[in-house]
Amino acid sequence: MNPEQLLYAESHEWVHVDENNGEKIATIGISAHAVEALTDLVYMDLPAVGTTVTAGEPFGEVESVKATSELYSPVDGEVTEVNATLPDNLEILGDDPYVQGWIVKVKLSSEDALGKLLDHAAYEKMCSGS
Amino acid sequence: MTSVDQLLKTPIHQWHAEHHGRMVDFAGWSMPVQYNSIMDEHHQTRNAVGLFDVSHMGRLFFSGTGIDQFLDSLTTRRVAGVDVGRIRYSLMTNEKGGILDDVLVYHLPDSEGQPFHMMVVNASNREKIVNWLNEHIPTGSDIALEDRTLSTAMIAVQGPKANAMVAGLCSVNPADLKYYTGTAAKIGDHPVILSRTGYTGEDGCELIVDSEVALDVWETLMQSAVDEGGGATGLAARDTLRLEAAMPLYGHELNEETNAAQTDLKFAINLKDRDFIGRNAIVAANENPNLPIRIGLELEGKRAARENCAIIAQGNRVGTVTSGTFAPTLQKSISMGYVDRSAAEPGTELEIDIRGKRATARVVKLPFYTRD
Repeated sequence: MNPEQLLYAESHEWVHVDENNGEKIATIGISAHAVEALTDLVYMDLPAVGTTVTAGEPFGEVESVKATSELYSPVDGEVTEVNATLPDNLEILGDDPYVQGWIVKVKLSSEDALGKLLDHAAYEKMCSGS
Repeated sequence: MTSVDQLLKTPIHQWHAEHHGRMVDFAGWSMPVQYNSIMDEHHQTRNAVGLFDVSHMGRLFFSGTGIDQFLDSLTTRRVAGVDVGRIRYSLMTNEKGGILDDVLVYHLPDSEGQPFHMMVVNASNREKIVNWLNEHIPTGSDIALEDRTLSTAMIAVQGPKANAMVAGLCSVNPADLKYYTGTAAKIGDHPVILSRTGYTGEDGCELIVDSEVALDVWETLMQSAVDEGGGATGLAARDTLRLEAAMPLYGHELNEETNAAQTDLKFAINLKDRDFIGRNAIVAANENPNLPIRIGLELEGKRAARENCAIIAQGNRVGTVTSGTFAPTLQKSISMGYVDRSAAEPGTELEIDIRGKRATARVVKLPFYTRD
């Protein structure tokens, strides 16, 4: 996925929404900026398929040598898929955070939260601190 | 949180900032927590040489007569009558045996061969210890204490290649010093206090230099370190290194609520035929079977327990984690903590509550890591 076409949460998750048979499916990952800030990832805890997630609430956690960080859901819905290869291959997040590094797919129950997300330019601006 | 411009800066601060140092508030100092990868910085120290700016540590120099007796009245370890050249790790305790700080007491020759005493204390405790020392100088004594933390810098050079590297730059080869000894030396024209000490579990040395020349010494050392496959190493890797070596960290394993007797640092506590503040309380605590003691734990899985996680045996809380990390050299999750004596035997299986999820852990003998 092209990072310039994604939406971003202030908590550094990215979202790409696809339409599939009339259902909206959000693919969620964490940005290259987040991976760089975390460094030294050793562990990731993912939700089970079927878990209900709420925008702004944690759905998993990622742990680096230094600290544990929650992963916050940028959307409302139900987890339909998780990237099960990721926890044992966390280097993927550094190498390819926007394609192979996807974390979960969520069937949206509402699109309300999408309006609060940032586009790429706004997210980059936030990260550069200006 | 102190605002950034109020933080103290070491003489090497600008170098850190220019070399990707992620500067954080550490005990009121702006210090580099890491430059790039914590794992890489950890491994370079275990495999080659890591350079650490530890200028935030307090450096206190003593003058006057009867200094060793004075210090001996405040330290859990005997520091009076030790040979010139020696350095001793000790705790300082209050009347209750609670730990005020863990310190190094130096009795070294200066550049003219005259012996002097100094002490290195934790950054977070510097003011407290300066006050504690000043309060306890006997009336009528000529002992005076000079805090030279801000006029000097301290650099740790740690790792299997550290001593040979410093030998090529310094008037004294650190490998010719015994462990925990030190002396006055020179790097180029710059006078340094060289000691074979450290906080990583590796061999190596530490250098104390005047602030004005600190950057010059640092850059000289850096050039050699990079040639040896090493480099600058931040406080985060210093923490994973010391944790693998099971060295306690003040504010985690050590604090005023913990009695020195609980720490499993018997080598640093000499109770026989001497008196010091806290001694009687330590003797009493040694005989108290109800006090938790310090242990090491290896966890199943890669998830790390962090400070304050509960330690559980058969459904009952038996202790608390004081430090934990994923250990880069051991490739395991390790923790230190305090548990009831019933749960402290190596091999005991316990559980740790990590943010609501239980991890299985096993009590192991400390240290986790010993170099070959």
